[in-house]
Amino acid sequence: MENLKRIASYFGVRSSLLLITVVVAVYLVILIANMGGHMDKIRESQIREQVGLALQSPEFQQMPEAQRRQIYEQMVEVRRREEGLDKPFFQRSLKYLVNGITLNLGRSQRITSDTGSNQVRLILVERLPHTLLLWGTAQLLLFFISVFLALYLSRHYGSALDRIVVALAPTSAPPAWFYGIILILIFSSLLGLLPYGGFVDAPPPPTMLAYALSVLKHMVLPVLSVLTGGIFVSIYNWRTFFLIYSSEDYVEMARAKGLPPRTIERRYVLRPTIPPILTSFTLMLITVWMGGIITETVFSWPGLGRLLYQAVENADTPVMVGSSVVYGYLLAMSVLFLDLAYAVFDPRVRLGAAGGRRL
Amino acid sequence: MTLWMRLREVRRYPSALASLFIIGALVLMAVYAVIRIPYAEAIRLWRAGEVIWLENPRNAAPKWINWFGASQPETIILAGDKVRKESESLGSGVRRETFYFSFDFLYGNFPSELAMFFSATYTKTPPQVNLLWRTPDGREIAVGSRTIKASDRYIISGDPVLQKRLGRSPEEGLFANPQAPEKTLKGRYTLVLEAYLFEESAKIEPKLVVYGRVHGWAGTDHLRRDLAVALLWGAPIAMIFGIAAAVGISLAHFVISAIGAWFGGVVDLLIDRLTELRMILPLLPILIMVGVLWTRSIWVLLLVLIVFNLIGGVKTYRAMFLQAREAPYIEAARAYGAGNFRIVFRYLIPRMIPVLIPAFVLAIPNYVFLEASLAILGLGDPLLPTWGKVIYDAYSQGALYKGLYYWILEPAALLMLTGLGFSMLGFTLDRIFNPRLRTL
Repeated sequence: MENLKRIASYFGVRSSLLLITVVVAVYLVILIANMGGHMDKIRESQIREQVGLALQSPEFQQMPEAQRRQIYEQMVEVRRREEGLDKPFFQRSLKYLVNGITLNLGRSQRITSDTGSNQVRLILVERLPHTLLLWGTAQLLLFFISVFLALYLSRHYGSALDRIVVALAPTSAPPAWFYGIILILIFSSLLGLLPYGGFVDAPPPPTMLAYALSVLKHMVLPVLSVLTGGIFVSIYNWRTFFLIYSSEDYVEMARAKGLPPRTIERRYVLRPTIPPILTSFTLMLITVWMGGIITETVFSWPGLGRLLYQAVENADTPVMVGSSVVYGYLLAMSVLFLDLAYAVFDPRVRLGAAGGRRL
Repeated sequence: MTLWMRLREVRRYPSALASLFIIGALVLMAVYAVIRIPYAEAIRLWRAGEVIWLENPRNAAPKWINWFGASQPETIILAGDKVRKESESLGSGVRRETFYFSFDFLYGNFPSELAMFFSATYTKTPPQVNLLWRTPDGREIAVGSRTIKASDRYIISGDPVLQKRLGRSPEEGLFANPQAPEKTLKGRYTLVLEAYLFEESAKIEPKLVVYGRVHGWAGTDHLRRDLAVALLWGAPIAMIFGIAAAVGISLAHFVISAIGAWFGGVVDLLIDRLTELRMILPLLPILIMVGVLWTRSIWVLLLVLIVFNLIGGVKTYRAMFLQAREAPYIEAARAYGAGNFRIVFRYLIPRMIPVLIPAFVLAIPNYVFLEASLAILGLGDPLLPTWGKVIYDAYSQGALYKGLYYWILEPAALLMLTGLGFSMLGFTLDRIFNPRLRTL
């Protein structure tokens, strides 16, 4: 009970800190997207154009020049006030900030959702599940395969497989999309085994099962590219953690006591290694999320990353801001999730001992 | 052990030697590129469009694919002295010049295009030309007649009339074996060009280009540009971008974590928060937005990258600095009254340099690939030819679908070599400088 309370309070502190961080991050995104006021100029010229178009009626054309000018300027002023363009930039940016955090980003300029809506929020909501499905799968696979293989290798330190993995660790230098292109070249173009990209076959299969299988088939190469890009270096790093922790004195002691190797591994090696492994996994998650933008683009996976790419192609600022903000949320959630795992595994947090802070 | 002695230990690791060899080769390539093709020339070659590359085939593979059993034709250009010329006066100022463009065509595959370029000088009446195609087995095919302007070109392979007459595209029809139409007829071909010049001072200089399917050691892209330019120039750009970013960012992280660890308290806490901000900040979307809305220059993007990394260092160095802080020599420095900054910059940081070196080398590939990543999103530098931009061009032109693998594999291989070179060296340095890894 006491433990749970500590974890809950730790979690509360962490999540509020993260929320503040997200706010700052979103504000930075908005500052950049706004180009220090340049976006407002674009908006103002849009207003002028719209007002000019609205005043095309014949009655208006017959009025004297001065009066026409005056009406025009008045209407522009009204629209400007409606949009808040008369207020100083700082004040406006705060409004944008609130809109950004609540993803209340209005309408996109060109991109529409599959259902035809141009509400930025709807577009984002439509794309998010695809991204979560693909990268969630890839990250979980990456984590578990790496941990188990690293454990296996630390047990068989110096074996042929161990040496191969160590030698292959530098192959993780290229990002996932790079391997993605090579994998497409091999499996789609040369062998014709797997699709070049996309989410499901066209036309989509009618039955649920066939649909799921088709999605699965399209997921193979993207997931494989993430694994190729990240697995060797994480196995190498985590194997090193395991090896370092299994040469500690208390492990020797446990061995001397005659504890079975499995117990030693679970209790004396795995436990203390979990926090640094989680930290390095967090860093890797960030890479995978950010890399996902390009990997999705390469595989035409209809997720957030490709949305961002499409927004870039169409110079659609609201969508760009929206997907950047969602990425900020995703990163924050990943960090928070791992913090929770941290709290569960790290006794310093759980027991509230001195130095119960992260790392 | 001094830093230099430790660095010399690299010699004991074969993988590190291999990586040094790769890096050395890349540096040589970069130096060669910069000397051979000056900066302005590289940009001109890459940006000027098809005019410069008119005589290059489009999407041609590199020449060396013929070593692997392919029989792809090379480009044949015939002009000037290589062409036999007969001149005959027909009276009243009219002259007939006959040009014989003879060449041996011994390849198994058809050429990709066939074109004639003319430059003519005349005052009033432009020259008239008739073209006749002679195949090795003695057939004669009338190609067409044309009036030639001062600077003219006749794309024979794109002539719809000839295509209709031959029943297939001219570059295939003219070279096909009548017995086996899907194969080429090997032997000596001649294009006979009869030019009628109607003025005493009129002149005509024709040139025949039989575009091949291979070009140079690197091949060409969809705009006939020689990929060698981009592949060569990619080396210095990738190296400079990677190293500059890695130096800037690693040093910044290092100094920031040193300051945080030394001062502790509020400064440390602030750095902690900033580090978290840096983790949550969607850096790639931000870079993309800067690229779209502000500028695409990779040097500006590099600066933005460094600035954003300045706000928070990764915490890896922190623990080590905390340890070093308690060392007796630091206490001694404090006892003799050294100031905070003197301790941080003169005592704390130099001592930790060995830790920085591997991290710095390991970071280089990340930034080399970051440039490529931005390029693949279409945000490559607008002027410079880089490896990433070649991959982007290839990818967006459907090289994967069309089977133009060289177009992707060449820049990819160079990127991979750069990445592997630096990361292999980094891993070895890590083992040398991190005593905990040494025994493993």
